[in-house]
Amino acid sequence: MPAYKTLVVHPEKCNGCGECEVACAKVKANTNDVTYSRIKVIKGLKEEFFGPVVCMQCGEPNCVKSCPAGALTKNQKTGVVEWNKDRCVSCAICTLGCPYSGIYYHPELATVIKCDHCGGDPECVKVCKPKALEYSVEAKVYEEQGQLEDLFGPDLAACMGCNMEILVRHTLRHIGPDTVLAAPPGCLPGVCAVGFNGATGTKVPSFHPLLTNTAAMLAGLRRYYKRIGRDVTALALAGDGGAADVGFQSLSGAAERGEEVLFICIDNEGYMNTGMQRSGTTPFGSWTSTTPVGPGLRGKTRDSKYMPLIMLMHNCEYVATAVTAYIQDFHEKLEKAHQASKRGFAYIHVFSPCTTGWRFPGDKTIEVQRRAVATNFFPLWEYEKQTGKLRFTRPVDNPEPIENYLSLLGKFRHLNREEIDHLRRTAEERVRILKAIEASGLENYRLAS
Amino acid sequence: MQTKYLIIGSSHAGLSAADEIRVHDSDSPLTMISMEDCLPYSPTILPYILEGKVEEKNVYLRDEKFFQDKKINFLRGKKAVKVDPSVAKVELDDGREISYEKLLIATGSEPTLPPIPGLKESPYYVLRTMEDAKRINAAAMQAKSAVILGTGLVGMHAAEALGRKGLKVTMVELLPQILPGYFDAEAAKFVQGVFTKHGIAFYLNNPAVKVESSSGTTKISLKEGQEIEGELPLVATGVKPRVEFLRDTNIQIEQGIIVDEFMRTSQENIWAAGDVAQGKDFFTSKTGLNAILPDAYEQGKIAGLSMAGDPAVIMAFEELGQELAFSYPGGINRNTFNFYGNRSFSVGLALATEEDGYEIDKMFFPGGGVYQKLVFQGEVLVGAIGINVTLDPGVILNLIRRKVLLGNVKSEFVVKPLEMSRQLMWSHWRGVAVKRN
Repeated sequence: MPAYKTLVVHPEKCNGCGECEVACAKVKANTNDVTYSRIKVIKGLKEEFFGPVVCMQCGEPNCVKSCPAGALTKNQKTGVVEWNKDRCVSCAICTLGCPYSGIYYHPELATVIKCDHCGGDPECVKVCKPKALEYSVEAKVYEEQGQLEDLFGPDLAACMGCNMEILVRHTLRHIGPDTVLAAPPGCLPGVCAVGFNGATGTKVPSFHPLLTNTAAMLAGLRRYYKRIGRDVTALALAGDGGAADVGFQSLSGAAERGEEVLFICIDNEGYMNTGMQRSGTTPFGSWTSTTPVGPGLRGKTRDSKYMPLIMLMHNCEYVATAVTAYIQDFHEKLEKAHQASKRGFAYIHVFSPCTTGWRFPGDKTIEVQRRAVATNFFPLWEYEKQTGKLRFTRPVDNPEPIENYLSLLGKFRHLNREEIDHLRRTAEERVRILKAIEASGLENYRLAS
Repeated sequence: MQTKYLIIGSSHAGLSAADEIRVHDSDSPLTMISMEDCLPYSPTILPYILEGKVEEKNVYLRDEKFFQDKKINFLRGKKAVKVDPSVAKVELDDGREISYEKLLIATGSEPTLPPIPGLKESPYYVLRTMEDAKRINAAAMQAKSAVILGTGLVGMHAAEALGRKGLKVTMVELLPQILPGYFDAEAAKFVQGVFTKHGIAFYLNNPAVKVESSSGTTKISLKEGQEIEGELPLVATGVKPRVEFLRDTNIQIEQGIIVDEFMRTSQENIWAAGDVAQGKDFFTSKTGLNAILPDAYEQGKIAGLSMAGDPAVIMAFEELGQELAFSYPGGINRNTFNFYGNRSFSVGLALATEEDGYEIDKMFFPGGGVYQKLVFQGEVLVGAIGINVTLDPGVILNLIRRKVLLGNVKSEFVVKPLEMSRQLMWSHWRGVAVKRN
């Protein structure tokens, strides 16, 4: 079943103003009489609450099944449950089928009325000041992706619940087949990129550089292909070890030289592939196999280095942070990074929870990312050299308590108040610096380059 | 010929089962038989064809492409005449035999004929198939008067349609009120008044005792002695399950085919759904017919899930116990009825009275044409009638089906049923109430 755009309701933001009803009646019936509105705001009679109610465009709509005239159909392309005036006999049996008050019989029109998403641009969403209504296009990504070729083979050998598979499949689909993939030692080669029995797990050429020379080799490959007149994307999918630690000198050099490379760091905050040793991006207090927790030691004693800002100061064409939990956001960044990698160095730092090494259930991979974003532990932003602007792509002005994130993970289970406060202050400090850059921009820096 | 799934009947129950089977099993041979030589349609649409609200070409529920896409072998104009569960075969009227692995009987219902002397010998019309509708439409072009036996939904719809065509319509009912299946006496009286205003004549509590016909006119004699003449006699006294072809099988049949909560009949690998099935009742422990469209697609869906071996059905049944399974919750009588610009609906135990131990709340403004009846059993809503009131019938149905405890909001529910039912919907199945400080 395809994925569809949806009209998302956030009842907690609704203030009951009724603007959506007015706008709907206006656009659908050219009247101010809100009985013509397809959307209704339920108001609490005893307690104060508001609930905007509108057709859910069900996957298996009862109204469609109960229509004796075939006047209601689920449009398989748009997902909208469509009403055909010419076939409708106004029997209203559909109103008996709908449990959600999504289709009404209007006595003056003597027909039923229901929401049709205004053909893909809902009026109610435009007028909703408190943003209780949202027209979500997130699902569109999956539809578009579904049309593209999956450039990884089936049956990747990752740990159960690993973020890797969703990440690399989306990435290669988006970047496309004209790509050379470098996967230095880390989880990805074991998962698929190196492959088995002499064949790689990818449908694009891929190679296995040393931890130390990934960016250097890619830079050379890109230059070679350019010389022979082929536009090939040089893509690195490296772990935090292959990017921030062992691989850093070649990465830093390539970025500084402005090599045309798209470098994606899959940051799982440690050497998870070799037994969960600490790395330069492992946060303070984390349990790892080399920063154990016991009577004497309490996890990592040093703070992590914040790689995305380090890369920002390398004068890159494009730098962004991303998570797969917000896949639309990730794809937008991939697109910009892909374009930027034709002009210079593009870097995306993906926060990638490790179910095995961070110790959380495999079905919480997405949830962990969401909480990391909502607590500002991992803020989502991008920087484009062409504009000199840093922009938060999912600004979190009122972050959740950092405990909401930390408490999900076994590696932080031992933390005391003081240590939690330290992590919170670190996160706040990063956001403060980012906001300062956002406010002032890097205009001068851009001109100097 | 052989097939894995065989569905006899191609209306709501059969189509709904086919949809469900194809969700689980996209390839195994699926054969659907329709006794009429046309694409599937709903019998519910037929009165609207009389009314001219919709053209015949616009009423079909599926097109040829659907059957191609879903790989369904659709045999039109073929009637099943015999089922032999012992060898898993169905015989068609053209002599062909079809072997099945799983069989769904969704043959619907056919009109009943009241035992009135002379009726069978006279020409008369019924309204159950597309052919019936065409015949009536053709007859209505010539006729100046119609007499309709029975005041159920089919009879009432036909009366409005024929009345609008300019025929003088007379209705005959054996019971003291019209629409006895859905409306109590007060509601029925109001509806009757609207029809009377539009020139429809009624004889209630006054059954026909004799039917004669001569030279294109039918004369119907009533018990109280009146004689009614009409050129278009329409019999609309109800329907009965179409089970005649199953009489010499051991499939258990009472009024309809007895089915369990997975729509299985007494015979292995045979299911039944829709008007033909006699399933459990929602309110009592009894079984009964519930020959309405919304139940047909629900039963068809459950039958399809069960036939295709849906894990939710199978696992629930084998491992979790029946009560947790995705199963038929029991039939709830319900319908909508729009007439002469008025709208109405009836759900659940709409006919219940205080004498039966129910709590009833009525609101009646005959002048404004508004009637509302709410039936409660303790803290739970069990039935409702609404004429020209703004309520969501589907939400009311779900309050009944989910047995939502009204508790301390009951008094407010009675005063503002629209607002309160929507609020209960929100807090029980649509969303979560957000409290504000």
